[in-house]
Amino acid sequence: MQLRRPLPIVALAVKIGYEVMGFIVEGDTMIRRHFCLAVAACAALISVSVHAAEEKVLNLYIWSDYLAPDTIANFTKKTGIKVNVDVFDSSETLEAKLLAGKSGYDVVVPNGPILKRFIAADVLRTLDKSKLPHLNTQDPAITARAAGADAGNAHSIIYMWGTSGIGYNVAKVKAALGKDAPVDSWKLILDPANAAKLSKCKLYVFDAASDIFEFTLSYMGKDPHSTVAKDYEDAGALWQKVRPSITKFHNSEHISALANGDICVATGYSGDIFQARDRAEEAKKGVEIAYSIPQEGAVMWFDFMAIPKDAPHPDAAHAFLDYILMPEVIGPITNEVYYANANTKAKPFTEKEVLEDETVYPGPDMMKKLFPENTPAQDIERLRTRIWNRVKSGN
Amino acid sequence: MTRRAAVLALPWLWAALFLLLPLALVLKISFAEAQVSVPPYSDFFERLDGAIVGVKTTFANYQLLFSDSLYVRAYFSSSWIAFVSTLLTLLLGYPMAYAIARAPAQRRNLLLVLIILPFWTSFLVRIYAWMGLLRPTGIINTALQSLGMIDAPLQLLNTSGAVYLGIVYAYLPFMVLPLYARLEKLDGALLEAAADLGAKPWQVFLHVTLPLSLPGVLAGCLLVFIPAVGEFVIPDLLGGADTLMIGKVLWAEFFSNRDWPMSAAVTMVLLVVLVAPIMLFQALQPRTDQRP
Repeated sequence: MQLRRPLPIVALAVKIGYEVMGFIVEGDTMIRRHFCLAVAACAALISVSVHAAEEKVLNLYIWSDYLAPDTIANFTKKTGIKVNVDVFDSSETLEAKLLAGKSGYDVVVPNGPILKRFIAADVLRTLDKSKLPHLNTQDPAITARAAGADAGNAHSIIYMWGTSGIGYNVAKVKAALGKDAPVDSWKLILDPANAAKLSKCKLYVFDAASDIFEFTLSYMGKDPHSTVAKDYEDAGALWQKVRPSITKFHNSEHISALANGDICVATGYSGDIFQARDRAEEAKKGVEIAYSIPQEGAVMWFDFMAIPKDAPHPDAAHAFLDYILMPEVIGPITNEVYYANANTKAKPFTEKEVLEDETVYPGPDMMKKLFPENTPAQDIERLRTRIWNRVKSGN
Repeated sequence: MTRRAAVLALPWLWAALFLLLPLALVLKISFAEAQVSVPPYSDFFERLDGAIVGVKTTFANYQLLFSDSLYVRAYFSSSWIAFVSTLLTLLLGYPMAYAIARAPAQRRNLLLVLIILPFWTSFLVRIYAWMGLLRPTGIINTALQSLGMIDAPLQLLNTSGAVYLGIVYAYLPFMVLPLYARLEKLDGALLEAAADLGAKPWQVFLHVTLPLSLPGVLAGCLLVFIPAVGEFVIPDLLGGADTLMIGKVLWAEFFSNRDWPMSAAVTMVLLVVLVAPIMLFQALQPRTDQRP
C-alpha cells in the first residue's frame, strides 16, 4: 500500500478527531488538544512506516498454485525484495480490479485477450528492456503466436502457455460410450448423441463464450476467429442440441468434480485437468482422469506477466520479470505447474517426463492445429455473448 | 448544533454516505456506454478543455434490458425462487420461533445460541459443506447406496431443489430471530383470556397469536426475500445449468462481459421493480408495534 500524500491525510485525521472530540467532551479544549496530538502522532507514524517500506517490496497478483514452492523465497534471497503474493481465482477478477484503477499491484498475470484489452485501455507500463537482460530467452516461435496480444514483448513477457481441451474420467467414458469413445475429438461433446449418453454420468462445460466458440467453429471446419455472424448463429444452434445433456456451466467446479469422480467429462484448461488428475491420484480412490487435445484443433492460450502503469515499485517489478525469464527459474515452475514455458534454454531444468508429455508440449503436427485466443470486434463479441447466454439459459 | 441534532444527523449521514452516494454512482454508470478504458465505461459528462459542457447519457442499456427476454426471465425466475424459499423458511421458522419463545426461560438462550451458531462458520464454507453432502459420491448418496435403498446415485447437486435447500438453510436464522422477538413479547394473559372465553387452542393461535406476530412475520419475510432475490453464491455452487437467477446474470455482465453500465442498469431495475414496492409497502403499513 502506498499513501501518496501523507500530510493532507494527517491533517484530515486531526480535523476529524477534533470535531469528534468536540461532541464527546463539549468545550474542554485541553482534552481536545491532547487527543488531536495523539491522533496526529499515530497518523504520522503510519504514513512514515508506509513510506519506509516502499523500497524493496513487490506486490504480485497471480493465479493460486502458479509458482514453484521456492520461486519467491529464492527471489527474495537474491534481490532482498520482499514479495507480497495475492492470488485471484478468475481472470475476470483480475480484469475488473485493474480496470477500476489504482490496484497497487506491481506484477500481474493476464491471459491474451485481457492483456490486449489492458494495452488498449492503457493500464500497462511499456517494458524497459534494458532492465531485462534475459529477455532473449523467450522463444521467437512462441512469441510469434502470441503477437496478436502483444507484439515484440512491448508490454509483457510470456509466463506460461497451454491448451484448452477435454478432461475425462477414463473408466466412466468407456462405460458410457464403449472403448472406441472419441476422446481425442470434440465429437465427444458436440455430437448430440454422444453428449446424451454422457449426460447420465454428467457433463460440465466451461462458461467462457470466447473459448467455446473458437473450438466449436474449428470443429465445424470454420475459421475459429470468424467474422461472419452466421457462423456464430450456426455454432449456437449446434450447442442448443447439446445443451439438454449438460449438467453445469462453470469455470472452476469441474476440477474437484472430476477429481472426486462425480462427473465423466469436462472442457477446460490443460492445467486445471492436470490438477484434477493429480488430486484423483492422491485420493487413491481409483479415479483416473486424462486430458486430450482434440484433433480438430484447440485454443492455445498464454499467460503473460506485465507491469501496471501505476505500479508503486516498477524497478522491483522489472527485476522480478527478469528473474522469471531465467531458465533455472522457469524450468522448475513448469515441473511444478505442468504448463509449458516459452524459454529456449529451460530444457535442462525441466523434467524429461514433462518435456515428453504431448499434452504439455504437443508434437509438431498438433502445434499446427492450435490457434491463439482472439478478441473479436465488439459487435461479434456482443453477438457471441448473447448467443452463449441463450444457450446457457436454454432458449 | 444541539447534541440531539448531532445524534440524529449520524444515521442520516451514514445513509447518505453508504447508501445514497453509491446508488447515485451506480445510476450514473447505468447511463454510460461500455468501453475499453479505466474505468471501463464512457464519461457521464461531456467535457471541453476540462470544463463540463453537458451530460452524455444513453438509455440503450435499459432498452436492451426489456427487449432481451433473458433479463425479464431472470427477474421472474429469481423472484419465484425467492418467494418459494421465503414461504418454506416461514413454514419451518415459525414453529421453531414459537417453540423457543415457549421454552423455559433458562433454556431459551441456549436455543437462540444454537440458531445463531452457524454464523460462526463462513457462509461459503457452509455451502461447500452442502456440496459435500449432495454430491453423487457425497455422504448422502454413499449412505443410501450402502444401505441398499438406491442403485445409482441420485441427482441432488446442481438442481433447483438444492438451490431451495441452500437458501432455506442459509436464511432460516433471519426468519426465526424477528419472529422470536415478536412471540416472546406476547402477553400470556391474552392467551389465557381467549381460552377462558372458550376458544380452542387453534382458535387462540389463529385469532390472537398469529395476528399479534404478523409484524415479525413481515420482518422475517423481508429479511429472507430481499437478499434471496439477488443471491449469487447459492445458485452458482448448488444450482445447475437450468437455474437462472439475476445474481448470476449480474455477475456475467460485470465480470465476463465487462459491461459495467449494463450490470448497473440490471441493478437499478432490480431495485425499482422488487425492492422499492416492498419498502413502500412496509412504510405504509399501519404501526402495529404498540402493545394492545
